[in-house]
Amino acid sequence: MTTWIEGRFEENVITTSLEQAMNWARQSSIWPMTFGLACCAIEMMAAGASRYDMDRFGAGAFRATPRQADLMIVAGTVTYKMASRVRRLYEQMPDPKYVIAMGACTVGGGPYFKYGYHVVKGVDLVVPVDVYVPGCPPRPEALLEGLMRIQDKIKAKKITRGQEVMPVPHHTGRVGLPLSLSLAELV
Amino acid sequence: MSTAEALKAKFPEDELVFSEFRDNHRVAVPAAKLMPILSMLKSECGFDMLAELTAVDYLEYEGATDRFGVVYVLLNNTSGERLILKTFVNDPNPSLPSVYSLWKSADWLEREVYDMFGITFAGHPDLRRILMPDEFTAFPLRKDYPLKGRGERHNFPIVTRADS
Repeated sequence: MTTWIEGRFEENVITTSLEQAMNWARQSSIWPMTFGLACCAIEMMAAGASRYDMDRFGAGAFRATPRQADLMIVAGTVTYKMASRVRRLYEQMPDPKYVIAMGACTVGGGPYFKYGYHVVKGVDLVVPVDVYVPGCPPRPEALLEGLMRIQDKIKAKKITRGQEVMPVPHHTGRVGLPLSLSLAELV
Repeated sequence: MSTAEALKAKFPEDELVFSEFRDNHRVAVPAAKLMPILSMLKSECGFDMLAELTAVDYLEYEGATDRFGVVYVLLNNTSGERLILKTFVNDPNPSLPSVYSLWKSADWLEREVYDMFGITFAGHPDLRRILMPDEFTAFPLRKDYPLKGRGERHNFPIVTRADS
């Protein structure tokens, strides 16, 4: 089946919508900020190194300044003293900006969730968080999964006014049931 | 002459409490005599390094008579000898003379003790909080500091994209 526009142009001429092209460009060049606070940073470094290779997703260019970064990966325990710095770094990033809360500490305080005078009980009390990656620390695969969720979120962005609908993640590994089968037949 | 003998020769013996555990040599001294004793240990006994300075809160501790114990761990780099010196201060307004003039390493160590226990060190060049944020008002390692801190996650509002 062909649509009316396909197959009408010379080679190397492609058509797309502006929205799609912009979102594609953005999602393929997410530059994270070099920003490790604790042990999660080690896993983040592993995700950036050759074995897991975050560069496959265009997200390997860790920037040492918030002004060149699109994505803040908060990797590690956020203390109250650090919280104001995290907030400042977030505000220095140019729009559009995204935040991944990596690890149990940034998701909800982690092992410090109950007692303790020094740890912020989740980084979403300081900056808005787009994707939460649980784990203590999360494996590099989990961080890559979180990165792909960010890419999904960028893909759903609209130039025009209108509801942003998050696409169904196509790389979750979740397998849908064939329509002919019901759940009762499987068990 | 050992360090203990040198101390006993110079200061009244009934004010110094010596004790020993395995290789740790300890001495408890009155707070009023702290500076003369420490400067004598530095100049005459060769303790050229302040390896550690910390404090203990003895609130509701069995058999304790004073509120805070402040511990100085001295090291003689020539002989390898170590001496653990302890002194006691009390509420209200626990204060000690700063030993920054003797050992420069006392700078941050005294700031840490001030930050965690609220013990002030008179004569310290820059006695600010070192670990906690400046707007923090309590002293968290005191035994009367509430264990729960500022509470759990449900006590705080969550920042969303809309209101940031």
